Amino acid sequence: MTMAIDAGRPNYGSRRFASGLKATGRILETVGLGWLSPFLNIAAGEDALAELGKLWGRLIVPLAASALFVALWAAAAPNIKTSLGAVPGPVQVAEQAASLWQDYQDEQAKAHDYRVRQEARRAAILAADPGAHVNMLKYSGRPTYIDQIFTSLRTVFTGFLLAAVIAVPLGMVCGLSRTINAALNPLIQILKPVSPLAWLPIVTMVVSALYVTDDPLAPKSFIVSAFTVTLCSLWPALINTTLGVASIDPDLVNVTRVLRLSPLTKVRKLVLPSALPYIFTGLRLSLGVGWMVLIAAEMLAQNPGLGKFVWDEFQNGSSQSLARIMVAVLTIGLIGFLLDRLMLALQTAVSPDTGRGDPT
Amino acid sequence: MSDANPDPQNPDARNPDIMTDRFLPRLSRRLLLAGGAAALAAAAAACSPKAGKTVAAVSGAAGAVEKAQLTLGFIKLTDMAPLAIAKELGYFEDEGLSVALEAQANWKVLLDRVISGELDGAHMLAGQPLAATIGFGTKAEVITPFSMDLNGNGITVANKIWAQMKPHVPKMADGRPQHPISAAAMKPVVEAYRGRGEPFNMGMVFPVSTHNYYLRYWLAAGGLHPGFYSPDDVTGQTQAQVLLSVTPPPQMPATLEAGTILGYCVGEPWNQQAVFKGIGVPVITDDEIWTNNPEKVFGITKAFAEANPQTVKALVKALIRAGMWLDEGGGKNRMQAVQILSRPDYVGADPAVIANSMTGTFEYEKGDKRAIPDFNVFFRHFATYPYYSDAVWFLSQMRRWGQIAEDKSDGWYADTAKQVYRPDLYRAAAQALVDEGKAAKADFPWDTDGYKPVTSAFIDKIAYDGRKPNAYLQSQKIGLKAGQKVAGGKVVGA
Repeated sequence: MTMAIDAGRPNYGSRRFASGLKATGRILETVGLGWLSPFLNIAAGEDALAELGKLWGRLIVPLAASALFVALWAAAAPNIKTSLGAVPGPVQVAEQAASLWQDYQDEQAKAHDYRVRQEARRAAILAADPGAHVNMLKYSGRPTYIDQIFTSLRTVFTGFLLAAVIAVPLGMVCGLSRTINAALNPLIQILKPVSPLAWLPIVTMVVSALYVTDDPLAPKSFIVSAFTVTLCSLWPALINTTLGVASIDPDLVNVTRVLRLSPLTKVRKLVLPSALPYIFTGLRLSLGVGWMVLIAAEMLAQNPGLGKFVWDEFQNGSSQSLARIMVAVLTIGLIGFLLDRLMLALQTAVSPDTGRGDPT
Repeated sequence: MSDANPDPQNPDARNPDIMTDRFLPRLSRRLLLAGGAAALAAAAAACSPKAGKTVAAVSGAAGAVEKAQLTLGFIKLTDMAPLAIAKELGYFEDEGLSVALEAQANWKVLLDRVISGELDGAHMLAGQPLAATIGFGTKAEVITPFSMDLNGNGITVANKIWAQMKPHVPKMADGRPQHPISAAAMKPVVEAYRGRGEPFNMGMVFPVSTHNYYLRYWLAAGGLHPGFYSPDDVTGQTQAQVLLSVTPPPQMPATLEAGTILGYCVGEPWNQQAVFKGIGVPVITDDEIWTNNPEKVFGITKAFAEANPQTVKALVKALIRAGMWLDEGGGKNRMQAVQILSRPDYVGADPAVIANSMTGTFEYEKGDKRAIPDFNVFFRHFATYPYYSDAVWFLSQMRRWGQIAEDKSDGWYADTAKQVYRPDLYRAAAQALVDEGKAAKADFPWDTDGYKPVTSAFIDKIAYDGRKPNAYLQSQKIGLKAGQKVAGGKVVGA
């Protein structure tokens, strides 16, 4: 450390600051921003050359490879001709991304104008008849790309949370009781490989039959998509939880027997903390699967999210359709990556001994 | 929390820099789990989407509208134009309605969602309300107060089929093919395929679609058998020389390219798309099969109409105005309509592809552009009035091909038409528009009893009288006749 040390009194202030920077660096590593931590470490006073060396693997090489990929794409794309025109290169995709953003802003402006008109209408009606009861109409614009992203996120989280709420307790029960595990295992193994596209017609029929209200809380397409996500993302969490609970150190189990702990205390003090890494790994896998399944489910159930966007663009068959579909593909990939990192960060925060070593 | 005796449970204790313990307060796992659970619960609460329908009663010139926030469905075809125009030009808003237009994946999903109430109404095939009411497919009471357009379809064949058909098509003086092209020119090609044992497949959009009936009419008029339906055969391929199957419109060019089908009958822009992409050649438009034929209708459930009469009137008024705008001034507004329709949330195809048919031109072979001013008729020729005779024609075709398995009396046809087509609702809306000065009295056929005069404007010149459907069926060469039905793959009966 290169900080000045006051004679007789250690400089806690700057040491604390330095260790704070390094701790921040470690956090950034777990959320996938590992390339920032060398800079923080240098500011904290670590050896500059060694830290910059870390940048090579964390930043320079990935950037160079991505740039090479984009260059290859830009070179190859115009040579592949489909009936919708040539495959779009990175420039067209960027243009369409900008156009989708512009679209969103235009729609916001239109919604604003509509509200202004509604206000004027309300003022006119009240001026003519001050006691009149005027209900304001909502702007019924079509969902823009940003709205569709949020719809997809809401749907996937609903489905995932439902899956977590079912899978984790069920997994714990299966892990604790060998009999129940033997009973449920065949069912789980058979239902696990079923594709979401096969679940969809069944889920649609069941939801249509059971979900009949005059003023629904959520549209049917949303429910159908969320349930399909639940059915497909249940299994990784379930299986991992079972595994985690079943592989508790038998010595610790003996301790609970010696102490004659009640089952609930046993679960709270032993099972949950011990199985937590497995549970979180399972949940992380479930979210990943759920996100993939969601796009397919949305295409068929017509939930107004990214899946429907891709399907509608395909149906449009215009010369920009392919580029817009690619924007959607990149968005889907990016969001999937971010969701994964979110779960990883959560996992690391709860059980810090796992996942620490991921430098990217 | 002493520095000298770090908690063995906390892995941070392994870190020699014990100051971390002070800087980053140790998060006990329980605390984090509790906090995390709370956060997730909050997220779950925020997860359910807003129930976005404000049921509002709006006071306006039209009287109180019962349901102002509506969702209407459509399929990506140019003849959904009245819906798009009514929304974009503010006609819905003028009536106090706030309408969201949602593209649907295919005709079946659209019909199901109207029946279940998720959609308040939709752009429908003329056959759908009829089929739903008689119970062919999902049974439900669906009615229509507004006919959306006349004409608007075409039949396209693959390039290789056209190449084989062309020698059989009579030519005009300048060497171009003589239109209308009869299916008789395709007959030798079909026979060649069947001789080789290969099936001759063609696509249409839905079993009760107008496209299905016009394609069958064209094939039968040219001497080709398109197949019968029966209670055992819902694919409609009994005794067929040409096998017809269902493909959603936007997937048709792709299916044609793949060779799965050799031709299709569909609305625009899918015929012109085939020409632009060089994968097919349109051979005939349905205007040439039956001049000014009925096409799409605006369908709603009977329950919706009964619960929301003012809303329905407001909807029909807005749609009539949209139709009037589309046909105004000999088509002066059509280019603007093309720009609106080419938006990704409406039809989405390139403007150049949509422009042809909407502005009265149609390209057959590449480079062979002909003027078809009536390719899409949205208001002229009283296009928007729901005539009973149109309903009876579709019912007669359902009987002709076996979708209606047994004979029915002329009275049955008339009664069914009266149940489904509702000119009373149309007239109320039209009268309101005339009273408000937004339309002229002469724009509407006040004197009609719902039956158009007898017409022979078909490709095979057979006369159609809407009051005598059974006689009409007898006059057709190919098709089920009185007393006949399909059983065990054969036609039995008189």
